[in-house]
Amino acid sequence: MAYIEPRTSVIDKRLRNIKRIISVASGKGGVGKSLVASSLALSLSRKGYKTGLMDLDLYGPSSHIILGVKDVYPQEEKGIVPPEVHGIRFMSIVYYTDDKPSPFRGTDISNIIIELLAITQWGSLDFLIIDMPPGIGDETLDVIRFIKDSKFLVVTTPSKVALGAVNKLIWILKELKIPVIGVVENMARNQSFFIRNEIRKTGLHYLGAICFDENLEDAIGDTEKLMKTSFMRDLNNIVAKINL
Amino acid sequence: MHEWALAESIVDTAVDTAKRERLRTIDEIIILIGELQQIERDIFEFALKEITKTRKTIGFKKTIFNIKIEKSRLKCRVCGYTWSFNEIRKNLSEEESEAIHFIPEIAFVHTRCPRCNSPDFEIISGRGIAIKSIRGSR
Ligand SMILES: Nc1ncnc2c1ncn2[C@@H]1O[C@H](COP(=O)(O)OP(=O)(O)OP(=O)(O)O)[C@@H](O)[C@H]1O
Ligand SMILES: [Mg+2]
Ligand SMILES: [Zn+2]
Repeated sequence: MAYIEPRTSVIDKRLRNIKRIISVASGKGGVGKSLVASSLALSLSRKGYKTGLMDLDLYGPSSHIILGVKDVYPQEEKGIVPPEVHGIRFMSIVYYTDDKPSPFRGTDISNIIIELLAITQWGSLDFLIIDMPPGIGDETLDVIRFIKDSKFLVVTTPSKVALGAVNKLIWILKELKIPVIGVVENMARNQSFFIRNEIRKTGLHYLGAICFDENLEDAIGDTEKLMKTSFMRDLNNIVAKINL
Repeated sequence: MHEWALAESIVDTAVDTAKRERLRTIDEIIILIGELQQIERDIFEFALKEITKTRKTIGFKKTIFNIKIEKSRLKCRVCGYTWSFNEIRKNLSEEESEAIHFIPEIAFVHTRCPRCNSPDFEIISGRGIAIKSIRGSR
Protein backbone atom coordinates (compact mmCIF):
# COMPACT_ATOMS: atom_id res chain seq x y z
CA MET A 1 0.00 0.00 0.00
CA ALA A 2 2.86 2.39 -0.61
CA TYR A 3 0.93 4.86 -2.71
CA ILE A 4 2.49 8.06 -3.95
CA GLU A 5 1.00 11.23 -2.47
CA PRO A 6 0.45 13.51 -5.47
CA ARG A 7 -0.93 16.60 -3.73
CA THR A 8 2.27 17.80 -2.12
CA SER A 9 3.87 18.30 -5.55
CA VAL A 10 1.77 21.41 -6.27
CA ILE A 11 1.93 23.20 -2.92
CA ASP A 12 4.99 25.32 -3.77
CA LYS A 13 3.33 26.37 -7.00
CA ARG A 14 0.15 27.43 -5.21
CA LEU A 15 2.17 29.67 -2.88
CA ARG A 16 4.65 30.89 -5.48
CA ASN A 17 3.10 34.31 -6.06
CA ILE A 18 2.84 35.22 -2.40
CA LYS A 19 5.55 37.61 -1.30
CA ARG A 20 5.41 37.06 2.44
CA ILE A 21 3.79 34.37 4.56
CA ILE A 22 3.39 35.01 8.27
CA SER A 23 2.16 32.32 10.66
CA VAL A 24 0.73 33.76 13.86
CA ALA A 25 1.40 31.14 16.49
CA SER A 26 1.80 30.45 20.18
CA GLY A 27 2.55 27.51 22.37
CA LYS A 28 -0.46 28.59 24.41
CA GLY A 29 -4.17 28.80 23.68
CA GLY A 30 -6.31 31.87 24.14
CA VAL A 31 -3.50 34.41 24.03
CA GLY A 32 -4.92 36.36 21.09
CA LYS A 33 -3.43 34.66 18.02
CA SER A 34 -6.67 34.91 16.06
CA LEU A 35 -7.18 38.54 17.02
CA VAL A 36 -3.61 39.37 16.02
CA ALA A 37 -3.84 37.40 12.75
CA SER A 38 -7.20 38.83 11.69
CA SER A 39 -6.35 42.38 12.71
CA LEU A 40 -2.97 42.19 11.01
CA ALA A 41 -4.61 40.98 7.80
CA LEU A 42 -7.21 43.73 8.02
CA SER A 43 -4.63 46.40 8.71
CA LEU A 44 -2.36 45.29 5.85
CA SER A 45 -5.24 45.18 3.43
CA ARG A 46 -6.34 48.69 4.46
CA LYS A 47 -2.82 49.88 3.75
CA GLY A 48 -3.26 48.69 0.20
CA TYR A 49 -1.42 45.37 0.37
CA LYS A 50 -2.99 42.39 -1.35
CA THR A 51 -3.63 40.20 1.64
CA GLY A 52 -4.86 36.68 2.30
CA LEU A 53 -5.84 35.09 5.58
CA MET A 54 -5.95 31.35 6.17
CA ASP A 55 -7.49 30.00 9.35
CA LEU A 56 -5.65 26.77 10.10
CA ASP A 57 -7.30 26.28 13.47
CA LEU A 58 -9.37 23.37 12.27
CA TYR A 59 -10.96 22.52 15.63
CA GLY A 60 -11.72 26.05 16.71
CA PRO A 61 -11.77 28.30 13.67
CA SER A 62 -12.46 31.86 14.77
CA SER A 63 -11.12 34.32 12.21
CA HIS A 64 -14.52 34.34 10.47
CA ILE A 65 -16.16 35.41 13.74
CA ILE A 66 -13.66 38.19 14.34
CA LEU A 67 -14.01 39.56 10.81
CA GLY A 68 -17.75 38.96 10.62
CA VAL A 69 -17.53 36.71 7.56
CA LYS A 70 -20.97 35.51 6.51
CA ASP A 71 -22.71 34.05 3.49
CA VAL A 72 -19.67 33.76 1.29
CA TYR A 73 -18.24 30.66 -0.33
CA PRO A 74 -15.15 29.99 -2.45
CA GLN A 75 -15.42 29.91 -6.23
CA GLU A 76 -14.22 26.91 -8.18
CA GLU A 77 -11.63 27.82 -10.75
CA LYS A 78 -8.85 25.29 -11.34
CA GLY A 79 -9.07 24.69 -7.62
CA ILE A 80 -10.85 26.83 -5.08
CA VAL A 81 -10.53 30.58 -5.02
CA PRO A 82 -11.04 32.14 -1.58
CA PRO A 83 -13.68 34.87 -1.55
CA GLU A 84 -12.61 38.40 -0.81
CA VAL A 85 -14.09 39.68 2.44
CA HIS A 86 -13.37 43.22 3.61
CA GLY A 87 -10.54 43.26 1.09
CA ILE A 88 -8.99 40.04 2.45
CA ARG A 89 -8.87 36.76 0.53
CA PHE A 90 -10.15 34.54 3.26
CA MET A 91 -9.88 30.76 3.52
CA SER A 92 -11.28 28.70 6.36
CA ILE A 93 -12.66 25.26 6.96
CA VAL A 94 -15.94 26.84 8.08
CA TYR A 95 -17.04 27.04 4.45
CA TYR A 96 -17.31 23.26 4.62
CA THR A 97 -18.26 22.50 8.21
CA ASP A 98 -21.35 24.66 8.46
CA ASP A 99 -19.94 25.62 11.90
CA LYS A 100 -20.50 22.11 13.24
CA PRO A 101 -17.84 20.54 15.52
CA SER A 102 -14.91 18.96 13.70
CA PRO A 103 -13.62 15.89 15.54
CA PHE A 104 -10.39 15.26 13.63
CA ARG A 105 -7.43 13.16 14.60
CA GLY A 106 -3.82 14.00 13.75
CA THR A 107 -3.52 12.28 10.37
CA ASP A 108 -6.84 13.78 9.33
CA ILE A 109 -5.54 17.22 10.24
CA SER A 110 -2.47 16.69 8.07
CA ASN A 111 -4.60 15.44 5.21
CA ILE A 112 -6.86 18.48 5.41
CA ILE A 113 -3.93 20.86 5.46
CA ILE A 114 -2.37 19.17 2.44
CA GLU A 115 -5.71 19.29 0.61
CA LEU A 116 -6.24 22.97 1.43
CA LEU A 117 -2.73 23.88 0.36
CA ALA A 118 -3.00 21.85 -2.84
CA ILE A 119 -6.34 23.17 -4.06
CA THR A 120 -6.45 26.77 -2.84
CA GLN A 121 -5.61 29.24 -5.61
CA TRP A 122 -4.46 32.38 -3.81
CA GLY A 123 -3.23 34.17 -6.90
CA SER A 124 -0.67 36.87 -6.21
CA LEU A 125 -0.53 38.34 -2.73
CA ASP A 126 1.75 40.67 -0.83
CA PHE A 127 0.95 38.91 2.44
CA LEU A 128 -0.62 35.66 3.51
CA ILE A 129 -1.38 35.57 7.23
CA ILE A 130 -1.99 32.20 8.83
CA ASP A 131 -4.00 31.92 12.04
CA MET A 132 -2.50 28.91 13.80
CA PRO A 133 -4.03 26.75 16.51
CA PRO A 134 -2.18 26.64 19.84
CA GLY A 135 0.72 24.33 20.48
CA ILE A 136 3.33 22.46 18.49
CA GLY A 137 1.15 19.71 17.05
CA ASP A 138 0.28 18.65 13.53
CA GLU A 139 -0.64 22.06 12.16
CA THR A 140 2.60 23.67 13.28
CA LEU A 141 4.67 20.78 12.00
CA ASP A 142 2.81 20.79 8.68
CA VAL A 143 3.25 24.51 8.19
CA ILE A 144 6.96 23.99 8.79
CA ARG A 145 6.99 20.97 6.45
CA PHE A 146 5.02 22.41 3.55
CA ILE A 147 5.22 26.20 3.71
CA LYS A 148 8.93 26.63 3.37
CA ASP A 149 8.92 30.42 3.31
CA SER A 150 6.68 31.05 6.27
CA LYS A 151 7.95 33.26 9.08
CA PHE A 152 6.50 32.94 12.54
CA LEU A 153 5.01 35.72 14.59
CA VAL A 154 4.73 34.44 18.16
CA VAL A 155 2.12 35.69 20.61
CA THR A 156 2.26 35.44 24.39
CA THR A 157 0.50 37.09 27.32
CA PRO A 158 2.25 38.55 30.37
CA SER A 159 1.58 35.33 32.28
CA LYS A 160 4.38 32.98 33.29
CA VAL A 161 2.00 30.18 32.44
CA ALA A 162 1.70 31.35 28.83
CA LEU A 163 5.41 31.97 28.60
CA GLY A 164 6.16 28.43 29.74
CA ALA A 165 4.34 27.00 26.73
CA VAL A 166 5.51 29.74 24.37
CA ASN A 167 9.12 28.97 25.21
CA LYS A 168 8.62 25.42 23.98
CA LEU A 169 7.37 26.64 20.62
CA ILE A 170 10.34 29.02 20.44
CA TRP A 171 12.68 26.16 21.25
CA ILE A 172 11.32 24.01 18.42
CA LEU A 173 11.37 26.89 15.93
CA LYS A 174 14.96 27.71 16.81
CA GLU A 175 16.00 24.08 16.69
CA LEU A 176 14.50 23.75 13.21
CA LYS A 177 16.00 27.11 12.17
CA ILE A 178 12.59 28.51 11.24
CA PRO A 179 12.58 32.28 10.83
CA VAL A 180 10.77 34.06 13.65
CA ILE A 181 9.85 37.72 13.21
CA GLY A 182 9.57 38.11 16.95
CA VAL A 183 7.28 37.89 19.94
CA VAL A 184 4.27 40.08 20.67
CA GLU A 185 3.09 40.45 24.25
CA ASN A 186 -0.70 40.64 24.20
CA MET A 187 -3.20 41.61 26.92
CA ALA A 188 -0.59 43.60 28.80
CA ARG A 189 -2.15 45.30 31.84
CA ASN A 190 0.61 47.21 33.51
CA GLN A 191 4.18 48.19 32.74
CA SER A 192 6.43 45.23 33.30
CA PHE A 193 9.65 44.18 31.66
CA PHE A 194 9.32 40.55 32.66
CA ILE A 195 8.27 39.18 29.25
CA ARG A 196 10.58 41.49 27.36
CA ASN A 197 13.54 40.32 29.39
CA GLU A 198 12.59 36.66 29.15
CA ILE A 199 12.16 36.88 25.36
CA ARG A 200 15.49 38.62 24.94
CA LYS A 201 17.13 35.74 26.78
CA THR A 202 15.94 33.44 24.00
CA GLY A 203 17.68 35.63 21.45
CA LEU A 204 14.43 36.57 19.70
CA HIS A 205 13.07 40.03 19.09
CA TYR A 206 10.57 41.33 21.61
CA LEU A 207 8.35 43.35 19.33
CA GLY A 208 6.21 45.21 21.82
CA ALA A 209 3.01 45.00 23.83
CA ILE A 210 -0.67 45.20 22.99
CA CYS A 211 -2.63 46.39 26.01
CA PHE A 212 -5.67 44.66 27.34
CA ASP A 213 -8.56 46.34 25.53
CA GLU A 214 -11.81 46.52 27.53
CA ASN A 215 -13.76 47.44 24.43
CA LEU A 216 -12.39 44.80 22.09
CA GLU A 217 -15.29 42.39 22.57
CA ASP A 218 -17.70 44.99 21.32
CA ALA A 219 -15.77 45.25 18.04
CA ILE A 220 -15.71 41.53 17.28
CA GLY A 221 -17.47 40.82 14.00
CA ASP A 222 -17.35 44.44 12.85
CA THR A 223 -14.28 45.44 10.86
CA GLU A 224 -15.01 49.16 11.04
CA LYS A 225 -15.09 49.04 14.82
CA LEU A 226 -12.01 46.78 14.91
CA MET A 227 -10.05 49.38 12.99
CA LYS A 228 -10.77 51.91 15.73
CA THR A 229 -9.83 49.78 18.75
CA SER A 230 -6.85 50.42 20.99
CA PHE A 231 -5.89 46.82 20.15
CA MET A 232 -5.50 47.82 16.50
CA ARG A 233 -3.63 50.99 17.44
CA ASP A 234 -1.14 49.02 19.55
CA LEU A 235 -0.75 46.38 16.85
CA ASN A 236 -0.14 49.02 14.20
CA ASN A 237 2.52 50.63 16.38
CA ILE A 238 4.30 47.31 16.56
CA VAL A 239 3.97 46.67 12.83
CA ALA A 240 5.29 50.14 12.05
CA LYS A 241 8.50 49.39 13.93
CA ILE A 242 9.30 46.10 12.23
CA ASN A 243 10.03 45.04 8.73
CA LEU A 244 7.44 42.39 7.96
CA MET B 1 -13.42 22.35 -11.10
CA HIS B 2 -11.11 21.63 -8.21
CA GLU B 3 -10.52 18.40 -10.17
CA TRP B 4 -8.12 20.57 -12.12
CA ALA B 5 -5.95 21.27 -9.11
CA LEU B 6 -5.81 17.58 -8.25
CA ALA B 7 -5.08 16.57 -11.85
CA GLU B 8 -2.25 19.05 -11.87
CA SER B 9 -0.79 17.37 -8.79
CA ILE B 10 -0.82 14.02 -10.62
CA VAL B 11 0.94 15.44 -13.66
CA ASP B 12 3.50 17.34 -11.60
CA THR B 13 4.27 14.27 -9.53
CA ALA B 14 4.85 12.39 -12.79
CA VAL B 15 7.11 15.21 -14.04
CA ASP B 16 9.09 15.14 -10.77
CA THR B 17 9.39 11.36 -10.99
CA ALA B 18 10.51 11.53 -14.61
CA LYS B 19 13.21 14.07 -13.76
CA ARG B 20 14.41 12.06 -10.80
CA GLU B 21 14.46 8.75 -12.68
CA ARG B 22 15.61 10.36 -15.93
CA LEU B 23 12.58 9.15 -17.89
CA ARG B 24 11.88 10.74 -21.27
CA THR B 25 8.32 9.55 -21.55
CA ILE B 26 5.64 8.56 -19.10
CA ASP B 27 3.88 5.44 -20.33
CA GLU B 28 1.31 4.73 -17.67
CA ILE B 29 0.07 6.23 -14.43
CA ILE B 30 -2.22 4.16 -12.27
CA ILE B 31 -4.43 6.56 -10.35
CA LEU B 32 -6.80 5.70 -7.57
CA ILE B 33 -9.81 7.87 -7.01
CA GLY B 34 -11.41 7.40 -3.63
CA GLU B 35 -15.16 7.14 -3.49
CA LEU B 36 -15.30 9.69 -0.68
CA GLN B 37 -14.00 12.50 -2.83
CA GLN B 38 -16.57 11.87 -5.58
CA ILE B 39 -14.30 13.26 -8.29
CA GLU B 40 -16.01 14.02 -11.59
CA ARG B 41 -14.14 11.58 -13.74
CA ASP B 42 -14.77 13.33 -17.08
CA ILE B 43 -13.52 16.65 -15.82
CA PHE B 44 -10.54 14.99 -14.17
CA GLU B 45 -9.56 13.12 -17.34
CA PHE B 46 -10.03 16.23 -19.45
CA ALA B 47 -7.82 18.19 -17.03
CA LEU B 48 -5.11 15.50 -17.16
CA LYS B 49 -5.04 15.70 -20.98
CA GLU B 50 -4.98 19.50 -21.05
CA ILE B 51 -2.32 19.87 -18.37
CA THR B 52 0.03 17.30 -19.90
CA LYS B 53 -0.06 19.32 -23.16
CA THR B 54 1.59 22.18 -21.28
CA ARG B 55 4.37 20.08 -19.73
CA LYS B 56 6.61 19.94 -22.77
CA THR B 57 9.82 18.63 -21.21
CA ILE B 58 8.41 15.14 -20.65
CA GLY B 59 6.71 12.92 -23.25
CA PHE B 60 3.07 12.59 -22.26
CA LYS B 61 1.58 12.02 -25.73
CA LYS B 62 1.03 8.30 -25.28
CA THR B 63 0.50 8.20 -21.54
CA ILE B 64 -2.21 5.85 -20.39
CA PHE B 65 -4.08 7.24 -17.41
CA ASN B 66 -5.35 4.11 -15.78
CA ILE B 67 -7.97 5.42 -13.38
CA LYS B 68 -9.39 3.09 -10.78
CA ILE B 69 -12.17 3.90 -8.42
CA GLU B 70 -11.30 2.83 -4.89
CA LYS B 71 -14.27 1.76 -2.80
CA SER B 72 -14.51 3.51 0.52
CA ARG B 73 -14.26 1.67 3.81
CA LEU B 74 -14.89 3.44 7.06
CA LYS B 75 -14.35 1.81 10.43
CA CYS B 76 -15.64 2.90 13.81
CA ARG B 77 -12.93 3.18 16.45
CA VAL B 78 -15.49 2.76 19.20
CA CYS B 79 -17.66 -0.21 18.16
CA GLY B 80 -15.65 -1.66 15.27
CA TYR B 81 -18.44 -1.46 12.70
CA THR B 82 -17.35 -0.99 9.09
CA TRP B 83 -19.32 0.66 6.29
CA SER B 84 -18.94 2.43 2.97
CA PHE B 85 -19.60 6.05 2.13
CA ASN B 86 -22.16 5.03 -0.46
CA GLU B 87 -24.32 3.44 2.23
CA ILE B 88 -24.71 6.70 4.10
CA ARG B 89 -24.55 9.16 1.26
CA LYS B 90 -28.32 9.30 0.89
CA ASN B 91 -28.61 10.83 4.37
CA LEU B 92 -26.50 13.83 3.40
CA SER B 93 -27.67 17.16 2.06
CA GLU B 94 -26.23 18.38 -1.21
CA GLU B 95 -24.07 20.94 0.62
CA GLU B 96 -22.68 18.31 2.99
CA SER B 97 -21.89 15.96 0.14
CA GLU B 98 -20.25 18.79 -1.78
CA ALA B 99 -18.13 19.73 1.26
CA ILE B 100 -16.86 16.14 1.51
CA HIS B 101 -16.04 16.30 -2.19
CA PHE B 102 -13.68 19.20 -1.50
CA ILE B 103 -12.17 17.85 1.70
CA PRO B 104 -12.94 14.16 2.36
CA GLU B 105 -12.19 14.52 6.11
CA ILE B 106 -15.28 16.68 6.35
CA ALA B 107 -17.00 13.28 6.58
CA PHE B 108 -16.10 13.44 10.29
CA VAL B 109 -18.14 16.62 10.54
CA HIS B 110 -21.27 15.59 8.68
CA THR B 111 -21.48 11.81 9.17
CA ARG B 112 -21.45 9.34 12.06
CA CYS B 113 -20.98 5.62 12.64
CA PRO B 114 -24.27 4.06 11.44
CA ARG B 115 -24.28 1.67 14.40
CA CYS B 116 -23.23 3.69 17.47
CA ASN B 117 -23.37 7.25 16.12
CA SER B 118 -19.75 7.98 16.99
CA PRO B 119 -17.77 10.56 14.98
CA ASP B 120 -14.60 8.69 15.94
CA PHE B 121 -14.09 6.53 12.88
CA GLU B 122 -11.28 5.87 10.47
CA ILE B 123 -11.11 6.21 6.71
CA ILE B 124 -9.46 2.92 5.84
CA SER B 125 -9.67 3.31 2.09
CA GLY B 126 -11.25 5.40 -0.62
CA ARG B 127 -10.32 8.81 0.74
CA GLY B 128 -9.13 10.82 -2.22
CA ILE B 129 -6.71 10.66 -5.08
CA ALA B 130 -3.52 8.66 -4.92
CA ILE B 131 -0.99 7.36 -7.39
CA LYS B 132 -0.44 3.64 -7.31
CA SER B 133 2.38 3.62 -9.83
CA ILE B 134 4.13 5.62 -12.51
CA ARG B 135 5.80 3.82 -15.41
CA GLY B 136 8.01 5.45 -18.01
CA SER B 137 10.89 4.93 -20.44
CA ARG B 138 14.39 6.39 -20.61
N1 LIG C 1 -5.57 42.74 23.91
C1 LIG C 1 -6.74 42.16 24.23
N2 LIG C 1 -7.61 42.79 25.08
C2 LIG C 1 -8.77 42.23 25.41
N3 LIG C 1 -9.19 41.04 24.96
C3 LIG C 1 -8.39 40.37 24.14
C4 LIG C 1 -7.13 40.89 23.72
N4 LIG C 1 -6.56 39.99 22.87
C5 LIG C 1 -7.43 38.98 22.75
N5 LIG C 1 -8.54 39.18 23.50
C6 LIG C 1 -9.69 38.28 23.67
O1 LIG C 1 -9.21 37.08 24.18
C7 LIG C 1 -9.92 35.98 23.65
C8 LIG C 1 -8.95 35.02 23.01
O2 LIG C 1 -8.40 35.60 21.85
P1 LIG C 1 -8.12 34.73 20.54
O3 LIG C 1 -9.29 33.90 20.20
O4 LIG C 1 -7.59 35.65 19.51
O5 LIG C 1 -6.96 33.82 21.12
P2 LIG C 1 -6.26 32.58 20.40
O6 LIG C 1 -4.86 32.60 20.87
O7 LIG C 1 -6.50 32.66 18.94
O8 LIG C 1 -7.05 31.37 21.02
P3 LIG C 1 -6.99 29.83 20.52
O9 LIG C 1 -5.73 29.29 21.12
O10 LIG C 1 -8.20 29.22 21.07
O11 LIG C 1 -6.95 29.86 19.02
C9 LIG C 1 -10.92 36.55 22.70
O12 LIG C 1 -12.15 36.65 23.33
C10 LIG C 1 -10.36 37.91 22.37
O13 LIG C 1 -11.38 38.83 22.03
MG1 LIG D 1 -7.34 31.23 17.62
ZN1 LIG E 1 -19.59 2.75 16.08
